[in-house]
Amino acid sequence: MPNMREMPYAEAFAGTLFSPGRGKPEFLVGPNGKGAERRFEVYRNNVSVGLVNALASMFPATQRIVGEEFFRAMARRYVRDHPPRSRLLVEYGQDLATFIAGFKPLAGMPWLADVAKIERAWLDAYHAADAAPLVGEELAAIPENRLVDTILVAHPAARLVRSRHAAVTIFSVNRREGEVGAIETDIAEDALITRPHLDVAIRILPAGGAVFLETLFSGHPLGEAAAAALAECPTFDLGANIAGMIEAGALADIRQ
Amino acid sequence: MIGRIKAIDKMSSVFPAHRVEGKAGAGLKPEHLYAILEQADAVGFFEVHAENYMGAGGPPHAALTRIRNDYPVSLHGICMSIGGPEPLDRDHLARFKALVERYEPALVSEHLAWSTHDNLFFNDLLPLPYTRQTLARVADHIDEVQEAIGRPILLENPSTYLQFEQSTMSETDFIGEIVRRTSCGLLLDVNNVFVSSTNQHTSPLAYLGDFPLEHVGEIHLAGHTTREDDEGDTLLIDSHDRPVADEVWKLYDIVIGQCGPIPTLIEWDSELPPWPVLKAEAEAAQKILDRHAANYLFGSRHAEHA
Repeated sequence: MPNMREMPYAEAFAGTLFSPGRGKPEFLVGPNGKGAERRFEVYRNNVSVGLVNALASMFPATQRIVGEEFFRAMARRYVRDHPPRSRLLVEYGQDLATFIAGFKPLAGMPWLADVAKIERAWLDAYHAADAAPLVGEELAAIPENRLVDTILVAHPAARLVRSRHAAVTIFSVNRREGEVGAIETDIAEDALITRPHLDVAIRILPAGGAVFLETLFSGHPLGEAAAAALAECPTFDLGANIAGMIEAGALADIRQ
Repeated sequence: MIGRIKAIDKMSSVFPAHRVEGKAGAGLKPEHLYAILEQADAVGFFEVHAENYMGAGGPPHAALTRIRNDYPVSLHGICMSIGGPEPLDRDHLARFKALVERYEPALVSEHLAWSTHDNLFFNDLLPLPYTRQTLARVADHIDEVQEAIGRPILLENPSTYLQFEQSTMSETDFIGEIVRRTSCGLLLDVNNVFVSSTNQHTSPLAYLGDFPLEHVGEIHLAGHTTREDDEGDTLLIDSHDRPVADEVWKLYDIVIGQCGPIPTLIEWDSELPPWPVLKAEAEAAQKILDRHAANYLFGSRHAEHA
């Protein structure tokens, strides 16, 4: 029985929870002189399984693509190397896509990181603040000569994910039940994820659409966003893109 | 009477003041929402894990708002880390307070445990030694929470798997002293009592005998899993993934017989069953509450004036 000084129980406990190789802290014992290795293992297992389960529920398409066994093994390693820093589990896994991009066994699926990025953005949209989406009439009410200088405020749930692969198609078919079928993975797809009311929706943006929205969402006026889109994509259709983002509920407000 | 939290009189109440007294409830799971909304009076109340409603908006808040309109709600915090050596996280406490204000819960509870240390979150209810030092700190943490939210909380007894060499007092003495110092109430998890007593080779009835039952404002019931310890003896895991065990129902009946109809929650957090199975568990608890209710009409009045 040590002394008056309090032993740093949390520090010792925490130091071994993510390190399967290390034994339990010495001060943990079983009742009546029983051992405590397997008893301590309950906590280590709870922590690991709890976080792996959380990732599995947040990244269901990613898990379906690589298979449950592979996903859980990968997630265990991710949990060990990137333990959560926030006590809000819904914020966990923000860098799982980056982890996947650098995970050698998945080098043959170069599009998987983007699928994970979309799944994480989908969850961000799901939990984002509620706001009424901007409707077309509000935009139509702006005098034409003021339009280029108009700043459009992104809806709190709107997210963009750009991909050089068919990440949106791969995401969508793997979130649905039923056969996946063959997918041409080399077609670039940019995703717009929105949740104007309670349902999260995902769209593939037309050419130039991602640059257009990226520029708008970072606070630049409509004219600059259109110019940036045209610079990247000479066939950029401003009218169709404005109609599309209104329909998607990607905007919340107008600042003139 | 300090322990049992009563409905608070709020001047600007947004929701109806549903009564939770004498009722059995169930944990609210999104998977069950549609089935629940199809029924009137599906169960007596619903409990939610506070952290699941700390996002800014979206379907979780829409669902809880609907539920809170029709039912009493119990707000159950998981991650306050009251039992940890570090100061409470101010942001987390502010989020918790915001939920108390927004949803006007009938019951508010947290755990005698810790889950965060040195900026790492473990997503589990981790144990602490019971010493004068940890007692002082836990009491300070509870004071801080209660001051922030402006009402007492119910503190839940943990399920334990091992012992700390440095502990100098029993869990029940520790909890009793916490109640005395902070005037908090208690959430008695009867399954945790059974799990801990089995794992610690002690008697659950002895634990209940030492527990300050007069301060219990809510009861938890849940299922547990059987494993083996280092020597191959039974080690129970508080898994919340199956029906409540018969032994736990028996203990619960004894507790209600002694304390009267305390609001009781069925916890089921993984391997979720269809809604009717969970509802049937809550109904089984309600039967026991109702059976003892008549006997305790006088008893509970008496207690309230004590």
